[in-house]
Amino acid sequence: MDLTLHVWRQKGPEDTGKLETYKAKNVSPDQSFLEMLDELNDDLIKTGQDPIAFDHDCREGICGMCSQVINGRPHGQQELTTVCQLHMREFADGDEIFIEPWRARAFPILRDLIVDRTALDVIMQAGGYTSCHTGGVADGNTLLISKPVADYAMDAAACIGCGACVAACPNSSAMLFASAKVAQLAVLPQGKPEARRRVLAMTEANLSEGFGNCTNHYECEAACPKGISVKFIAKLNREYLKSMIPSAME
Amino acid sequence: MNLFTNTVGRKILMAVTGLLLIAFITVHLIGNLTVFAGPDSINAYAKALHDLGPLVWLFRLGMLALFAVHITFGIQLYMENKAATPDPYAIEKTLVTSFSAKTMLYTGLIILAFLLYHLLHFTVQVTNPAISAVNLPLDAASRPDVYSMMVLSFQKVFISLIYIVAMVALLLHLAHGISSWVQTLGWSTGPSQDKVISIGKVLAIVYGLAYIAIPLLILARIVK
Repeated sequence: MDLTLHVWRQKGPEDTGKLETYKAKNVSPDQSFLEMLDELNDDLIKTGQDPIAFDHDCREGICGMCSQVINGRPHGQQELTTVCQLHMREFADGDEIFIEPWRARAFPILRDLIVDRTALDVIMQAGGYTSCHTGGVADGNTLLISKPVADYAMDAAACIGCGACVAACPNSSAMLFASAKVAQLAVLPQGKPEARRRVLAMTEANLSEGFGNCTNHYECEAACPKGISVKFIAKLNREYLKSMIPSAME
Repeated sequence: MNLFTNTVGRKILMAVTGLLLIAFITVHLIGNLTVFAGPDSINAYAKALHDLGPLVWLFRLGMLALFAVHITFGIQLYMENKAATPDPYAIEKTLVTSFSAKTMLYTGLIILAFLLYHLLHFTVQVTNPAISAVNLPLDAASRPDVYSMMVLSFQKVFISLIYIVAMVALLLHLAHGISSWVQTLGWSTGPSQDKVISIGKVLAIVYGLAYIAIPLLILARIVK
């Protein structure tokens, strides 16, 4: 099939950037979206043009590197799917496709579709360490974690840190990302001792890194390729409230 | 204090003040609906409120504080969110958020403007002095005739229109606000989310229509 692509081109962080139009010809429905862009880039290179810069790594939907807003939706229209796992069979011959980078002040555009997501790392670092046993391998089930708690933590841990939640949020808030980390560690014995400090530090970092505030639009949950629920944001709010209660230990 | 600067702290302040304001509009609505029970009911209600004396001023100060916190942080958070958000996407698409969630600042400002007018109209009674209770004859039980003031006011199309438009703004504000605090105070569990949002919207419509009924039924001369 043949497609018309409108791709955001920007030479560097200082450049203003604009949408440019390209034709993608003979696209196979079995190709992934990134493979389609690879072939377009081959054509661009052959004709002496600048290839489109975009982030990617594992191409199997687990690394969180791909970051494209396709027709106004982070990672495209297919639910629970990263760009690399989006296939061209989701599109029809003659479609016009708009491809843009994540847009948030906290994610400066480096080039074309590549944004700098260091701000998410800063939130992670603000979260700090977890206390856990070191030394020899502990016996199995030394730490008792019930199945519901393990499932809950695992659901939160499914976050790949791609930043689609920020890209989708009308306020450019990173609250879903921060909440997945806060919730996961707050329910596990390995994270509980630092839960109070962690929720305060991570929510503070959200603002200092230039993200917006959460106003419960829930666009993040709808855009998340890993289906992270906004119930974790409720959990983060609960953890924050808990941190307000004076503790004899701190 | 962290509560006044933190992103979640201020969100919680918005929710708590919002909840108390919802409690206020609930009591206020029930009180106002006594207009449908006739002059005696609402005039007695107005007199009972007025007779609280210094408590009225204590209550007013409390309301002022609630509004001050809710409005200040509402605008502050909005400005920060604007600053965090660059130019929009070429194709703007939202999936689950609502018109009411996106327009909270604007409906809030409309309600604020209305509140000032409302106080000048019915509390200070300076916008329409000729039909204000201070200048109307007392009722049969020698009470200020609040009933006549309301009826004569809402018989004017312009005044009724102001109230109806403002109450539509209130309805929209509540459509996001009523369910929002459940999430903000951390009570949301995931599966209950959709139900909570739906209940919030239904309640907002109930509040909105009940408030609109007062000027509308008077304007239509059904209540006179």
